[in-house]
Parts: sequence; structure tokens; C-alpha cells
Amino acid sequence: MLRLALRMLFGDTAKYLMLVMGIFFATFLIAQQSSVFCGLMLWTTATLRNVPAPIWVVENKVQQVNETNPMRDTDVGLVRSVSGVGWAMPLYSGIQRVRQPDGSFKIIQLVGIDSTTLAGAPVRMVTGRLEDLRLPNTVIIDELATKRLSKNPKDPKANVKVGDVFEINDIEARVVGICKAMKSFTGGPYVWTTYDRALTYAPPQRKMLSAVIAAPLPGRSIVETANEIERATGLKAFVNEEFTLKEPAHAEFNTSTIWWYVRNTGIPISFGTTVLVGFIVGMAIACQTFYAFVLENIRHLGALKAMGASNGTLCSMLVVQALTVGAVGFGIGLLGTFGFGYGAIKNDEPPFCMPWQIPVGAFAVILMICLLAALLGIWRLSKFEPAMVFRG
Amino acid sequence: MRASAVIKSFGEGSGSSITVLKGIDLEARAGEILMLVGPSGCGKTTLLSIIAGTLNFDSGEIEVFGQRLDKMKRSAITKFRAMNIGFIFQQFNLIPTLNLAENVSVPLLIQGMSNSKAEKKAKEQLDRVGLGDRWRARPAQLSGGQQQRVAIARSLVHEPRLIICDEPTASLDAKNGTLVMDMFETVALVPGRAVIVVTHDNRIFSHADRIARMDDGVIVEVTEQKKELPSPC
Repeated sequence: MLRLALRMLFGDTAKYLMLVMGIFFATFLIAQQSSVFCGLMLWTTATLRNVPAPIWVVENKVQQVNETNPMRDTDVGLVRSVSGVGWAMPLYSGIQRVRQPDGSFKIIQLVGIDSTTLAGAPVRMVTGRLEDLRLPNTVIIDELATKRLSKNPKDPKANVKVGDVFEINDIEARVVGICKAMKSFTGGPYVWTTYDRALTYAPPQRKMLSAVIAAPLPGRSIVETANEIERATGLKAFVNEEFTLKEPAHAEFNTSTIWWYVRNTGIPISFGTTVLVGFIVGMAIACQTFYAFVLENIRHLGALKAMGASNGTLCSMLVVQALTVGAVGFGIGLLGTFGFGYGAIKNDEPPFCMPWQIPVGAFAVILMICLLAALLGIWRLSKFEPAMVFRG
Repeated sequence: MRASAVIKSFGEGSGSSITVLKGIDLEARAGEILMLVGPSGCGKTTLLSIIAGTLNFDSGEIEVFGQRLDKMKRSAITKFRAMNIGFIFQQFNLIPTLNLAENVSVPLLIQGMSNSKAEKKAKEQLDRVGLGDRWRARPAQLSGGQQQRVAIARSLVHEPRLIICDEPTASLDAKNGTLVMDMFETVALVPGRAVIVVTHDNRIFSHADRIARMDDGVIVEVTEQKKELPSPC
């Protein structure tokens, strides 16, 4: 009987396609928008990933990495004096503007790192040498900057290369290396230089130190060291691991940053609304079309009932039909999302990150929509007495 | 099949209640075609639905093959229908998205037979009604008469002991109606099987062994025709 149910479903091509479209639409909107949201949230922690250090020490009231309150340079020494700290280095991180040869400006995320140890330097160099950063007026840029700071972004030949020069706040910056880096939340490329030089590029302020990056002594735990730093200095020490939904053992900077954006911006509402619209529209299309499908076939289903098909058999037929539509629509929707994701990752935008929870969650939602549609059909069928078939 | 003092009303309360069957006594015997005739609204279809076990009744007794329908649970009646009753509907009720073999195999699938076995038997049955070579066709590709032949094949495929026909020729022209009934009588009427036909169509009365005339919810007359009656089933 289940095979017949599927033949009945596939035989009504128009309704079948309509149902699949509804589920595809819902799946795509839910999965794609959730993935873009996750990608965007991941971008907010790009600095933490591009400047890998196990502990970030910041001013006491700081909640997220993109909004650091400046500290005194002497705070570096304060952190170094904590017994469990293996090393601690100054870090400058801020948005600056690059002037291009045609006079236009581009936003960059400027990172200043300790010139001696180069702690916080990019991990994956594409061309050039990290050590050349110690030469005068030098910077290392990420791959995005080669296009963004180019004279003609559409022409790959015009991309910024090692040896090219541009200006940050009217001060020369010569490219000595290109690296791979995650895109920043503001969309601007990352530019590394030494801490001292970063202070000359940035407009002067009374306090300029953005953070102190640190690591524990070998054998000491990161959490324990972060606790010690907080106790000894009165500064805030975040560990830099991964975003987690669980309560971390110590304040985790990625988690704190992402939650800050979730709580303090309209981003989740904006994406949440789209996901909700996807859910509602998908449900409306699926339920309405499936109900119409059942109504259209009610005479045949009634005849089956009269011929001795049990309510259980007929219900399972409707559930199989709804779940089949759900599986096909979900599969195509997820495939569409993967396609979108492939394009997004290849072009570095829009942000895209699909943790396993997204397809699982989307599947649960689609399952719910399909079961609801099947329930509507079952409800209609239960109202249909087999004797009605004899009444035309 | 024996019906004794069957009463059926629709609606609730004395004011709005309409009694459609007012004490029906009727018997259908194995090996005969019994036709239920009468004007519209006299209760023919209601009686047919009750005999088929698709409609509850208020009082009286219905006994089919020694089983009292009024004493059985709904699930048992459903199973009983699947095993013992074949249906032919006025509008054929063939599923348009299935081919003829699939349509005919439905009663066997309801009984739980495998797809391959059911389709094999369905093709054999289609052969008997002269449509064996068209088993891949869809109902919409057939004429009305051919569709009713498919419906006949479907009603017979599981070899039921009782066949219920609701206006089998109502959707057919005179020529096709007669052809279908001739063919139906040939393939359906076997010893041990009873056929009950509800019809308005006086052109097919000649196929009946007995004709029960109904009026206003009662059987007013039962007339016997052409054949000698066998013993009750």
C-alpha cells in the first residue's frame, strides 16, 4: 500500500512539485539564513582567530574583542609579573583608513604586535617573510587586502603585491608579506605591523594598548593562569578557545563576543525573522497543498476505506507521502544551501558557517511541518465515512 | 446475506430525525444477482452501505455469511470487508495516477499480498475482462465502459463472496451498459457468490435473478426472474 501511496503522490506532478518547492523554500531559508548568521557571528571573533593567543587580557569592563577600552602600556609589565604567566606581549587592534593612489579611502583592521617576539603574527603566510616586519614602515596584509587595496579590484593583475606601497594616515606602509586570515566583522582586511609602528599609524590617544596577549608557563593551565591574572592585576583575562553554548570554566572571549552581538545588536532578530518567515511560508505552502492533495484524492481514499483499508493503513499512506515530500524537499534545500555556502566560501562573502546543528535543526523543523501536513490530511480523512463513496 | 427489521435514521432528536429505512427484511443468496430498485431517496444506497458494513444502523440484524455485522467491532468489519466483499462504484473510483494493473491489485494489497503477486493476479483478472494487453494504461486513457470493466476486475480479483454494485451502468450509455452487464454476469456470477446491485437502469433488469423494489424506506415487492434460486449462503 505504501508503494501505491508514493505512486499516487508522484502521479500528481503539479502538487508534488508544489509540495517539494514549499519544503525546499523552507529548508533553504532556514539553513541558509542560519548559516549566514553563524558565519557573521564567526566573523565577529575573526581577530581572536587571526591573532592566536591562549589568553587575552583587556580592560576590566570589556565584553567583546572588537570594542576594547585602551589600557596603559605599563599593564603589559603588570601581566608579566603574574607568577603563572609564560609570556605577555602588547597588542594594538583598531580600525584605520588606508589612502589609495586615486585618493579614495579603504577601511582596514590594523593589528600591532610585539616586534621582538612577533607574538600574534599571522599563522599562515602565503608570500614574504614574517621577520621582514621588523624593517622600517613595513606591513603584512591578508589576501583580501590584495584585492581591496588594489587600484583596480576587478583586475587580478592590479592586486597589491609584496613591495607595493600605500599610506595609513599619511604614513608610508610597504607590503613585505601576504598571509591568509579570516575576514573581519567590518569586512575590512587585516594589516599586521609592529606594535610601535601601529601607534604611529593610529591617531594619538592618552592610552593606546588594546590588549595584552599572554600564555601560561609550560604545565600551567590556561584557566588557572587567567584567574591568577585577574586576581593580581584587576584586569579582565579571557581565555581564547572556541564558542560554546555550555558554561565555560573561565570567561571565554569568543563566547563573550558572540553573546554580546546577540544581545546588543538587531542581527539575531533580523535573521530570526527571516528564518521564521521561511518556517511559516514553508508550513503554509506544505500544509495547504497537502490538504488540497488529500481533498482531491478523498474519493479514492474513501473507496480504499470502503474496500477494507484500515485507518492505520490510510494514515501511514498519508504520513509516508508527507515524509517523502519532506525528504526530497529537504535534500534539495540542503543541496541548495551547500551550493550557496560553496560560493560564499569561495568568494569570502557573504559569511557562511554551517555547524551540524543547523541541518539537524532544519530537519527537525521540516519533519514537524510534514507531520503537521499529514495530520491535517488524516483529520480530513477521519471525517470521511466510507459510505460517502456510494453517494457520489 | 440476511437483513431483518433494519431501521436507519439520520439526524438527531425527534424533530430533525429522518427515518430512511423503516424495517427492511431482505435476503440475498449465493449464485444470484439481486437488484435493488426504486425511486431516488427511497433508501437503496443507505441499505447497500449498511449491507457493506460501511454504515451503522439503528436496529435490526444484518447477517453476512453467518456473521452478525451489528455484533462486530469496526476494525473487524473493516477486515471482513477486505476479505469478503467486492465493490463496484457508480463513478468507478479508479485511482487516476495508477495504471490498470495497480488499480486492480488494490484489494489484494489491502489484504497484505506482496506487490508482485498482487499485480500478477491483477493482470490475470484484466485478461478475463478483455483488458489484459492494456494493463500499463491509465484509467483516463480508457472509455467509460472499459473503466467499468477495470472496476469489475478490481471487485473480483480477491475472489469475494459478496459483490456490491452501486449504479454500475449509470455512467455508461445504453450499448456499453448492456455490454458491461453481460460481461459482468459471465465473470462474476459463480456458485457461492452473491451479487447485490443498486440501479435505476431498467435496461439491465433482465440480468437480475430477483428484483427488490423499494419505496419510502421499505421493500414493497420482491419479484423473481429467469433462474431457479439456489439455497441461501
